[in-house]
Order: sequence, then C-alpha cells, then structure tokens
Amino acid sequence: MVAIDADTHLDATPPNFLNQETGLWSWLTTHDHKRIGILYAIGITFFFFLGGAAATLIRLHLITPNGVLLDTETYNKAFTFHGVVMVWFFLIPSIPATLGNFLLPLMIGARDVAFPKLNLASWYLYIIGGLFTICALLMGGVDTGWTFYTPFSTMFSNSNVFLVIVGVFVTGFSTIFTGLNFIVTVHNLRMPGMKWFKLPLFVWAMYAVSIVMVLATPVLAMTLALIGLERGLGVGVFDPALGGDPLLFQHLFWFYSHPAVYIMILPAMGVISEIIPCFAKRDIFGYRFMVYALVAIAVIGFLVWGHHMFVAGMSVYAGLVFSILSFLVAVPSAIKVFNWTATLHKGTISFEAPMLYALGFVGLFMLGGLTGLMLAAPALDVPLHDTYFVIAHFHYVMVGGSVMAYLGGIHYWWPKITGRLYNEALAKFSAILMFCGFNLTFFPQYVLGYEGMPRRYAHYAPQFQVLNVLSSAGASILALSYLLPLAYLGWSLFRGAAAGNNPWNARGLEWQTTSPPPTENFYKPPVVQDAYAYDQPAL
Amino acid sequence: MNEQFHLLLPSASSLSGRIDALWWTMVLLCSAVAIGVFIVMWVFCIRYRRGRQIDRTLSRGTTPIELTWTLVPLVIFIGVFGWSLFLYAREKNPPADAQTIYVVAKQWMWKVQHPNGTREINQLHVPLDVPIRLTMTSQDVIHSFYVPAFRVKQDVLPGRYTQLWFEATQLGSFPLFCTQYCGLDHSRMGGQVTVMRPEDYARWLRGDGGNATLATRGAALFRSLGCSGCHGANASVHAPDLDGIYGRMVHLSDGSSVIADDVYMRDSILLPDKQVVAGFDPIMPSFQDQVSEDDLLALIAYLKSTRTQPVSATASEITKNGRH
Repeated sequence: MVAIDADTHLDATPPNFLNQETGLWSWLTTHDHKRIGILYAIGITFFFFLGGAAATLIRLHLITPNGVLLDTETYNKAFTFHGVVMVWFFLIPSIPATLGNFLLPLMIGARDVAFPKLNLASWYLYIIGGLFTICALLMGGVDTGWTFYTPFSTMFSNSNVFLVIVGVFVTGFSTIFTGLNFIVTVHNLRMPGMKWFKLPLFVWAMYAVSIVMVLATPVLAMTLALIGLERGLGVGVFDPALGGDPLLFQHLFWFYSHPAVYIMILPAMGVISEIIPCFAKRDIFGYRFMVYALVAIAVIGFLVWGHHMFVAGMSVYAGLVFSILSFLVAVPSAIKVFNWTATLHKGTISFEAPMLYALGFVGLFMLGGLTGLMLAAPALDVPLHDTYFVIAHFHYVMVGGSVMAYLGGIHYWWPKITGRLYNEALAKFSAILMFCGFNLTFFPQYVLGYEGMPRRYAHYAPQFQVLNVLSSAGASILALSYLLPLAYLGWSLFRGAAAGNNPWNARGLEWQTTSPPPTENFYKPPVVQDAYAYDQPAL
Repeated sequence: MNEQFHLLLPSASSLSGRIDALWWTMVLLCSAVAIGVFIVMWVFCIRYRRGRQIDRTLSRGTTPIELTWTLVPLVIFIGVFGWSLFLYAREKNPPADAQTIYVVAKQWMWKVQHPNGTREINQLHVPLDVPIRLTMTSQDVIHSFYVPAFRVKQDVLPGRYTQLWFEATQLGSFPLFCTQYCGLDHSRMGGQVTVMRPEDYARWLRGDGGNATLATRGAALFRSLGCSGCHGANASVHAPDLDGIYGRMVHLSDGSSVIADDVYMRDSILLPDKQVVAGFDPIMPSFQDQVSEDDLLALIAYLKSTRTQPVSATASEITKNGRH
C-alpha cells in the first residue's frame, strides 16, 4: 500500500486519542493513559540515547589499555552517568511506563487507569528527576558509580552527588505512583468476565512488577536520604570514622536494587509472553505456571539481595542463605524459558520483526540467567565478583533481555499505538543486527571477567586488549542497530501505511478496538476472549 | 596478538584447581542447557513454520512436563549449591598454622607489612606452599583485594579487619587488582604478588634488615603511646593485664564474653567503651585519630607476640576479674 492511500484511509477512520485534541498544551495536561505512555516514550528514548552516548564514550576509550579518549576522572563520570541514566531513567520506566501505561487499561477493558491525574503526576516527577540528573551532568557530573557505595559517596567524592541523589529520589516516587496506579487498576477496573486467570500475562507481569515497585522503591528513597544526611550534615550512618557501618549501606541499597533487577525483567517477560503465542498462533504453554513463575520471581526476588555481597565482609552463614535463595529464584526463570520454547511446539510460526526480537530475547535472557547461576555460587562469585563477568551477565539480562523485549513490544504494538505500519524488512534487519552486535559486544566480556579484568577500570593490563577491541567493535554495530529503528519508526509515524485494527491477527482486548484507539478506548464494549485463544477466530 | 595473552588463567593456589573444577563443570552444564534449548527452538521454528503441512494437534495435560522442568533444575541447583558451599567454607576458613601478613589499603595503594617489620607497597612477597593469611583494613574507602591467579577476592573495609587466605603453589609473579571502585585512580591501584621459595623468601626478608620487627615496633609504640603506664606490670592504675591476651576468652561487664581477636583489640584501642572487661571501670581514653592503621597493626602484632604458648581459649583458664 502506498503512503497516499494510507493517509486517505487514516483520515477516514473515526477520531482517535491522537487527533481528538491537538496542541502541546493538550498533551502536557492530558489525563489519557495512552498519551501519558507516549510522553514517557519520548522521555525514555531521550535518556536511552543520552546513556548510550556515555556507553559509546566508554567503549571507545577502552580500545587501548591506557585509554584513548577520556581522562580518568571523565571516564569515571561517564560510567556513573551511563549506569544512573540507564537504570533509573530508561530501564525501570521503560516497559511499565510506556507499554504498560498504554496497554494495561486496554487489555482489561477499562476506560483509563484508576488514578489518571496521579498518572500524569508520575510523568512530571520523572521529568523533574531527570532534570536534576542532567543538571548534575552539566555542572561536571558525578563519579561514585551508580551504586553510590559509602563511605566514598558520602565523605570522599567531590562531585555532584547531591543533585543526582535528589534526581533519583524524585524519580523513585514516579515509580511508586505508577505501581500504585497499576495495582488499583488491575484490582478494580477489570471488565465483567475478565477473571484473574483470564488476564493476559502482560497484565500479570505489570501487576507483579507494581508490587515490587511499591514495596522496594521506598527503601531506595530512605537510603538516598541517609546518604544526603551523612554527606550534608555529617550524621554518621555509613562512614566508620563517624561511627557508621558501610555494609549497612550495601544491605539497604541492594534490598532495593536487587528487586529493581526484577522491575526491569518482569515486564519484559510479560511482553514476550504476548508476542510468542501471537506469532506461533497457539495458546501459551502452561499459562498457570507462567503466572506462578511471575509471582514467585517477584516474591523470592526480595530475599536474594545478599548475593551482591559475598565478598563484602558478610558472614559465611549469611552467604549460605543468600546463595540458596538465589538458586531458588532461578527456578521460575527456567520455567519461563522452557515454556516459551514449548509454545513454539506445534505452532504455525511466522517470523515478523516482533517475533525475531522475542526469539532473540529468549536466547540472550537464557545466557544471562545461566551465568547468573555461576554468580549465585559463592565459591565462583569470589573470583568473578566485580569483574567484567558480572558486567556481561547483567547486560545479557538487561540489554539482551529487557531492551530486546522493549523493542519487540514497541514493534508489536506500534500499529495499535500509531495506526501505521513500519518497514518490515528494515525492522527484521535491525533485530538480527542487534542480536549479532549484542553478542559481539558482551560475550567477550564474559571471557574478560574470567581472565580477571575488574570493572570500572579506566586503564587495563595489556593482556586484556584483544577482547576489549572485540567488545568495542560489537558496540559500534549495536549502536547502529539502535539508531535504525529511530529512523524507520520515525518515518512510519508520518508516512507509514495504515495498519488496520488487528494486523497480526492477535487475540487480546486491545486488538478489538480501532488503531489508534479513541480517547475512551473502545467505541463498543469489547468481548472477553481468552488472551491466547488462537484456536478460535479473532473477535 | 599480544604475547601476554593467555586464554587460560594460571591456577596458582591450593584452592584454585578445586574452584576451576566447579567453574568448568558449570560452564559445561550451562553450555549444554543453552545449546539444547537453541537446538529445540530451531527445530520447532523450522518444523512448525507457517505454510508447512504437519500435524498440529495439541496434546492435553501439560502439568507433568511443567513439574519435570521445575524439579529437575531445582535438584541440579541444590547440588551445585552444596558443592559451592563446601568450597566456600574452605575459602573462608584459614588453616590454623597460616602466617599472617598485614595489609592496609588507601586511595590508591596497597601497603603491606610482614611480621618481621618489612614493608612494601603494591607488592606482596610470599613463600611457596605456605598458607598465608592476610589481615586487611582500609584507611579511607572500601577497596577489594583480588588476585585472579589465586581465585581469591575480599573487600577491604575502613573501620574493621577482613581476612583472606591462600597457599601459593606456583612460583612467579601474579597481578593484584583493586576490584571495588574507590575513586579517581581505582584502575591504577594494583600490583604484583611474587611467590618465592621459602628459603628465598627468608633471604628476601633478611635483606631488609634495617627494620625492627612489627612486634618490636609495636612494643615501642606500647610505651610511647602510654599504654604501658596503665597496662604494664608495675602500673598503679587498675587496668587489665594484656600479657598473652590474644586468642583468650574475655568476660565483659555486660555479662557476655568474646575471644580477644584482631577486631576486639582494634575496638578496645579505638572504642574502649564498647566492650569493657568485667571488673574494670571504663576509664581508658580513646586512641581514635592518634594511632594510624599501620601502628594499630604493629600494636596488635606486639600483643600477639606476648602469647608464650598456644592457648585453648576456655573460660576455665580465666579468673573472674579478667586477669589470668
């Protein structure tokens, strides 16, 4: 279909949330969950490329052992900025605040989330937090690492720690509000007939992640406030010179930050559980086990934080308990990988771009998860801890996992969100390019970690150079594969062919309404159908 | 390719071979699972691709399959956990006859003190086939002592002692890294561990003959800081006698008791009110900010040296008032 046809076709469609109101002010004051989702998408895309720029500097710098690009101080600030931005301003809001906001009410047949104004307030808090962080960058940056380990962050760093912790503190409240909103929405706004075990797994994932957000994020807020107290007023909490305990900080920080890892991966699991059945055209394998696994990960995920501290000076007995719990949390993740694979069995599989992202996700998430098992064993964590092995492990889970799933979800629901199609060939190409670039960037880092290269090193021993050069080469491919979607999706936004209401012939309530949906979400009430009823015709 | 590039890390300590055995088992196991799942995915994707005529009738009842791939991984995980735990316990418990070397970390160097008083910076010389215990502390932020060839790593914290032990089994020099981000020159905070034959090590220690031993230096500090004024044999002040204190059980005024180890002695010097010995008044002043980390270690070495024979730290040997 050519673009001109598409435009006439779009003009003929009924009014939708994009054109029912116009003008910047209508966007900045909107209470529509779909528009807020798009506001978030703009915000996180901006921060993704900002954090990506820092990553590019890091990988360029590490091409030679003594660094080619940055002085040591700038290097330290670059990896700190990369971590802070990617964790709090991209990964944590990525799927929940964009796709979650857009889809959660649609999927349960609701008009909006439970608290639309609070939803808008979340976005403003996110932006205010982001401004503090950018302000810190403009004033010279911060050099503590995203983990803010004490007493370095409280008593020794001479950088803009305050601005960044205020930024993260404020953004934390946007996470809490989103979580609260989703929990109430899922409990109260499901349409008649939408029972708990009829919910799409994406909704279950949003529900599970919201509980983690609401319970874990306040602990981060307290921890950051304590850093502020010690740094600003000299109240001894973490610095032994003031009578504090530096390990207390690590316990508090990881009590939030390990569940935060699940805040990043649970939504990704939800997205993949929608995409794979749709392109395999069959019911998800073991729906109930998939639900139990999501909930189990959310719950056990709260009890494993100590595996970040096996060499920190914690007792052997604490190490023992955290180790076995970390192995336990791997069981539900394994179940999910096996169930996604089994969903392919006897399917009718086609390989559109979202499916390629989803298959890539399963592979990369599995490699990230399996190496997590090695780190859960204290005897192996001792040599591997704080080396590039850990860097590779969590990038496999968060970039290979969460980012692939986010992009898969964006491609999958793009026709619903914008009403337009994108260039399928380019989309497939960039999904494959991303998979290859990712592996070339991060697989060598596993080997580097085994060889003993510590993380956060601006200079390294010459024997590590070969692998670093490979990794940097991969990063250039990866960067290209992230820029490509920006181009063809941007083009589709204005020139893409009309998508129709259900281009993938998918199930789920969101496909029963028009694309893009009207502000009220549905012109006529949707009919509840099993989310994965691919043996029945779409409604 | 760089001539220093080795794909296999040297295995140079008594435990590194055992840790490698677990490591390579895990590498094989994880590779097998990953390759297995990849093959199954490929096969399904090809067999059940759209447009291919094939039987697609779904079988009913997935629970037995689900339970299989829940319980089998669980059993394997528990096995790996047990194996790892066994090794971790060995890593964490130094042999009783281990020789102690003291390490003080600061931004951005490693300061090492051998018991005979020899000091070095960013270098650690150790004898071959002798268990070495490092007692470590930091003057400022958290650092981490990491020798990849020995597969050992331990964070080094301000305000407390952490320990690490190894027994080097291969001669040569091995890189030492700081692995806990500690500020500007974190990546320059490294050095070498040099493993020597015991006789060469002894010669190397003697070569630095100008130094008093750590204990002798500690004894001098014990007098110059005024410790002996109260704790000495002829002191008039009512203070615990410290002869042979190290490793003994000490009863405290709150009714509890502790073993007098490095941490206890450090705390008693810096925070004397924290653990008061039963039968004594809390009259000792704090030596915080008056004793450097290096001097503290020398004092502790001196107190250790006053122990004449190995003690079995039983409460019965200690009289009610904390003296013996």
